[in-house]
Amino acid sequence: MTPALEARGLRREFGHVRALDGVDFDVDPGEVVALIGDNGAGKSTLVKALSGSLAVDSGELLSDGRPVTIDTPTAARALGIETVYQDLALAPHLDPVQNMYLGREVMKPGLLGRLGFMDHAEMRKHTRTAFTDLGATVRDFAAPVGSMSGGQRQQIAVARAAAWASRVIFLDEPTAALGVVQTRNVLDLIRRVRDRGIAVVFISHSMPHVIEVADRIQVLRLGRRVATYDAKKTSMEELVGAMTGAISQGAA
Amino acid sequence: MTTVTGQQQAAGPAPADEERPKTALQRLLGAQAVQILGVLLILVILFSIAESDAFLSVNNFRNIVVNVSILAIIGVAMTFVIITGGIDLSVGSVLVFSGVVAAKTMESLGGEGVGVALIGALVACVAGVCWGLLNGVLIAKAKVPPLIVTLGTLGMALGGAQIITGGIDVRGAPTVLTDNIGFGRLFGQIPYLSLIALVVVVLGAVLLHRTRFGRYTYAVGSNDEAARRAGVKVDRHLILIYTLAGFCAGLAGILNLAFFASTTIAGQSNTALNVIAGVVIGGTSLFGGIGTIAGTVVGLFIPAVLQNGFVIMGVQPFWQQVVVGAFLITAVYVDQVRRASAARGASSRRSLSSRFSRPAGARRKEAQ
Ligand SMILES: Nc1ncnc2c1ncn2[C@@H]1O[C@H](COP(=O)(O)OP(=O)(O)O)[C@@H](O)[C@H]1O
Ligand SMILES: [Mg+2]
Repeated sequence: MTPALEARGLRREFGHVRALDGVDFDVDPGEVVALIGDNGAGKSTLVKALSGSLAVDSGELLSDGRPVTIDTPTAARALGIETVYQDLALAPHLDPVQNMYLGREVMKPGLLGRLGFMDHAEMRKHTRTAFTDLGATVRDFAAPVGSMSGGQRQQIAVARAAAWASRVIFLDEPTAALGVVQTRNVLDLIRRVRDRGIAVVFISHSMPHVIEVADRIQVLRLGRRVATYDAKKTSMEELVGAMTGAISQGAA
Repeated sequence: MTTVTGQQQAAGPAPADEERPKTALQRLLGAQAVQILGVLLILVILFSIAESDAFLSVNNFRNIVVNVSILAIIGVAMTFVIITGGIDLSVGSVLVFSGVVAAKTMESLGGEGVGVALIGALVACVAGVCWGLLNGVLIAKAKVPPLIVTLGTLGMALGGAQIITGGIDVRGAPTVLTDNIGFGRLFGQIPYLSLIALVVVVLGAVLLHRTRFGRYTYAVGSNDEAARRAGVKVDRHLILIYTLAGFCAGLAGILNLAFFASTTIAGQSNTALNVIAGVVIGGTSLFGGIGTIAGTVVGLFIPAVLQNGFVIMGVQPFWQQVVVGAFLITAVYVDQVRRASAARGASSRRSLSSRFSRPAGARRKEAQ
């Protein structure tokens, strides 16, 4: 199968730190790939590079087998790529609906819309549906998200990305601040999004969750992909070994 | 753990300690703009009791409104600028510069007539737009901090105006301008100057609170990186906003000329600071992301009412500056306290990423 998104030999340095040291990566449509690695392995940097919010020094990207450049978030969006960033990237003074539709506001029909007026009712309705789908515990749709708990904000970011993704969705530690029920909801959502034929990239430090939800697991270490495993045929010990460098897999 | 479906979870009753949606009324009363309106009303009542004859008259209120009008036009744009987390110190100088080039242009065209006045107005607005565009490009593209850029253009625009005039005010303006816009009144009651200001205020409020442009203004001030990642053209938006500020300063320039029949070169050194004070007193946060046009209007009325009341009461007008200064500090203090308590609430929950330092209450809340 042609990968929905593939990266070859991406490099990116921050001063003397080689955050990405020729990393390869690929994810197929309708597949969940877990991306794991120690802190500082380069997972978040890779996600940013693949979603247009960070420029790489070199390397190539292929979307459905065609070479592409993803140099802006808008370019990523045009390819159907959505991202839940580790730092969430919400506007704290805006409410959940405003965040959900930031950059894609639904305008009123006709002249009013062309003058810049928005269709609030429409946006509120769809936001409500998206949150219900996720089983999100966000209750106040008119309060600024900055006043909400870390868990609630994480749910808003996840709901937003899931609602808009059409090819690939990146989830960078999307359950770090979530409780048991909400984490379950996110894992269920990942499966549902995958069943829509979307490629899901899931970053987490929880090995049980990774093994449970992923089809394939790719391990990053010091800015390179050092191993790829079939989630059905691997173990926690093997994954931890690969992350720390104790085990090395010949053909990554 | 029992299986809880999403729907039940979302629709189920909120636990007692969960924040409930605030009602519209609670939100309204919590707004700094509304609280400051209360302060303004108290001031008006106090002055009315103290000097009921002189203060409490249509004429006097009209005076106050006229005094606020020109500042309000700049204040609308300044509200946009400050909501993005920026500042524009150059507006007073741009007002002067625009007035000067308009006055010179009108003078050279013969100095009278409707056509000449219209050309003058156009020239003033274009001059303002040019300065605003320069500010915006330097801030958004060259990434020079707004404080520095507009401090620089403050000097440049004022110096430019003085070079053009040799430092001597251009006096006089077409009589159509001074008689109608400067001193004319609709139905003999409502000053045209204030009507123009009202139109700008209403348009500004609609733009800020009802349109996508306004939404992006808050988003850029709230978290510019989030806005950028959401596909908002942040640089372009900032340039547009500083250009808007320049335009409003230019418009204020021609109105100022109509009102004073002079370019008032030396008289605008405090204009930017007075406008900023009004905007901030009205509840717009210097840190960005928060603010309303209504708040700005109320915030501009407070210094004007104080000045007027003190003059009528025979208090030395210098006291006005002292009191306004205290208001300003109080307003920023209140904003600071709010932001701190909001951040505390959020961060004590945000650090939950490490699961074990989670407060018991929060753990219980999320686990049920
Ligand atoms: N904006 C940045 N500036 C400087 N160094 C950075 C920046 N972003 C990431 N790094 C560095 O790149 C490396 C990889 O970071 P990151 O991708 O966040 O790792 P991970 O998400 O796997 O924990 C780290 O050493 C980090 O310090
Ligand atoms: Mg990371």
